[in-house]
Amino acid sequence: MKKLIKNGTVYYKGAFVKKDILINKDKIAEIKDKITAAADETIDAKGKYIFPGFVDIHCHLRDPGQTYKEDIITGTKAAAKGGFTTVCAMPNTDPVIDNIAAVEFVQRRAKDLGFCKVKVIGAITKQIEGKEISEMASMQEGGIVAVSDDGHCVQNGKLMMNCMKYAANFKIPVIIHAEDYNLAGKGQIHSGKIASKLGLSGIPAIAEEVIIARDIMLAESTKASLHVAHVSSVKALDLIRQAKEKGLPVTCEVTPHHLLLNEEACVKFDTNTKCKPPLRSETDRLALLEALNSGLIDCIATDHAPHADYEKELEFDKAPFGINGFEAAFASLYTHLVAKGLLSLERLIAAMTSAPAALLGLKAGVIEKGGPADICIADLKGKVTLTTDNMLSKAKNTPWLGKPLQGKIITTICDGKITWQG
Amino acid sequence: MQQDFNFINRSVFDLDDYSADEIMYILEAAKGMKEINLREYKKIPTLRGKTVCTLFIENSTRTRMSFELAASRLSADVVSFQESTSALSKGESLQDTVYTLNAMGIDLYVIRHGSPGSPQLVNKYSGKPVINGGDGRHAHPTQALLDIFSIWERIGSIKGLKITIVGDILNSRVVRSNLIGMKKLGASVTVCGPRTLMPGHMEEVYGCRVEYDLKTALKDADCVMGLRMQLERQTEGLFPSLEEYTKHYVLSKDTIKWAKKDALIMHPGPMNRGVEILPEIADSSQSIITEQVANGVAVRMALLFLILGGKA
Repeated sequence: MKKLIKNGTVYYKGAFVKKDILINKDKIAEIKDKITAAADETIDAKGKYIFPGFVDIHCHLRDPGQTYKEDIITGTKAAAKGGFTTVCAMPNTDPVIDNIAAVEFVQRRAKDLGFCKVKVIGAITKQIEGKEISEMASMQEGGIVAVSDDGHCVQNGKLMMNCMKYAANFKIPVIIHAEDYNLAGKGQIHSGKIASKLGLSGIPAIAEEVIIARDIMLAESTKASLHVAHVSSVKALDLIRQAKEKGLPVTCEVTPHHLLLNEEACVKFDTNTKCKPPLRSETDRLALLEALNSGLIDCIATDHAPHADYEKELEFDKAPFGINGFEAAFASLYTHLVAKGLLSLERLIAAMTSAPAALLGLKAGVIEKGGPADICIADLKGKVTLTTDNMLSKAKNTPWLGKPLQGKIITTICDGKITWQG
Repeated sequence: MQQDFNFINRSVFDLDDYSADEIMYILEAAKGMKEINLREYKKIPTLRGKTVCTLFIENSTRTRMSFELAASRLSADVVSFQESTSALSKGESLQDTVYTLNAMGIDLYVIRHGSPGSPQLVNKYSGKPVINGGDGRHAHPTQALLDIFSIWERIGSIKGLKITIVGDILNSRVVRSNLIGMKKLGASVTVCGPRTLMPGHMEEVYGCRVEYDLKTALKDADCVMGLRMQLERQTEGLFPSLEEYTKHYVLSKDTIKWAKKDALIMHPGPMNRGVEILPEIADSSQSIITEQVANGVAVRMALLFLILGGKA
């Protein structure tokens, strides 16, 4: 089965060039200016952009155990619609992915039912309780690409040091959700002017920063490689900059919502803006954008966190934290950053493909001869408006609901198979 | 004054939805209502056939009684829904509770709830006007209206007044709504309390002055409002003891001297006598604390009348 994609503008070796792409089964067979070989299917991509399939190293598929929010099928369908071909699922499911059997279960379900490739991230501690080290090495044999207690944060510094030593021993990257529970308290939104106005408890940036500072020091001492998830504040960036300047193996990601929205988004008590870390000040947001441009921030990750309508339709302080990410990611970033000249398309695509893949050593994120046929095709003039009817995710908790966006993913191909067309 | 203000079916989430002129219009209406409350037969038929629901998910006797009296005096039917006897304690969501109540034909909701923004939710799910009777630390607009009414009635104008509010600013919805209303009407407001009980960004958000020292805060004040100091804050590590708080922030004969002579003394209640305010001040001739309570009924009558379109 051969597919030929003709006349598109391809993100190839770091630049946009006109190329034809020939796919044979699940691999890219040829990339040339003009390909005339016969194919079973020819896609005319004239006027369209062809990117490597997006890679998301931070998402929640909620499967097993919380399938009322999302499951492997709906989650990966939504991912495919967003242009993703590889996603990494966080382990805070029910049961928690903290052992090899659980890892294999998720991988098997994804392989049988999924619309994109799913890589598994194992828990740092058993039951993500922050009490005992999980069986990281066995999970690594089972295929995990990193460990994280995401959604939770190991509060005990001594235990975290041991976890990082142990992870370093097996060269497993450690991803942290940085949050000091005492400092975060019962906080609901960023501890800033909107929290003061709305009378909601604040989550100060320092709750995130003290843990990042601690874990950078632990990384230096244990030689573990540390990846900071969803960085959100100016001072968190300062800490990561210092670590990188020292040559420490420290990296970080940013979410689309932290790049695009600030605390003001919460002013109408819209629970779809409630997330952790919270949407921070405009100063923080601008610093994140600058850091993404400069390369201080390594990549973009969605932190796709689906929650059922009835969970989000509660009083603000009773609703769960999290924003639905896959389907709005590219279009929201394209519309509000690239189309406005605040971020180059090259940087956006690198941050959603090759950069995250490289961080976790995934064979993904580049279009190359002999590589996996993971591709998405975008119509940059195409309009997208997410509605509760057209979203493929089971959950609809996105602040972009009903807001017109530009930059439509029209086709996604994963391992040579079309996983999304629209 | 313009006569074409339209309050029909508008919710009162907080005072920022209302202009200075609209606030003054409400105060004028409250003046008329106050007169009714002084009659022997304190009832007019204006809202006959309308149903008001007081939906109190957080305990409050005073505010609920004040609203219920206000509605009764306008001849509306009142039903009361309280957390302790309600389905909410059985795990029903606020959304379902509102759907249920709405099916019974409620015309207006008054809500008291611990969660900021819950009045907006009730409005969204009911499609009916909602008066916020206090939502967490966010807002308490009717308290602010009655406070402003009480000052206005005594002094005649709010513009140019120096008003100082002292106490647990962090946890006070009364302060937040008062700041919006008082600033709109041209007062200059100072908030005062220890740093641990002071939210950030107050100057930026409200255009008020922030002081941590009581003497500085009270200087030249025309009006001084004390706030209830809650013992729980001590266990939250926000201050070490009530004694120490009192020593630095109590409104007493000695400290009130720092304000203008005959400055009005106010308190939204319930008071902790001996903690944030001493009886010598609370019961003095300068105090208008009980007037505030009386005016609360009048202000709430005015709002119900204006929102539900009562016939004069």
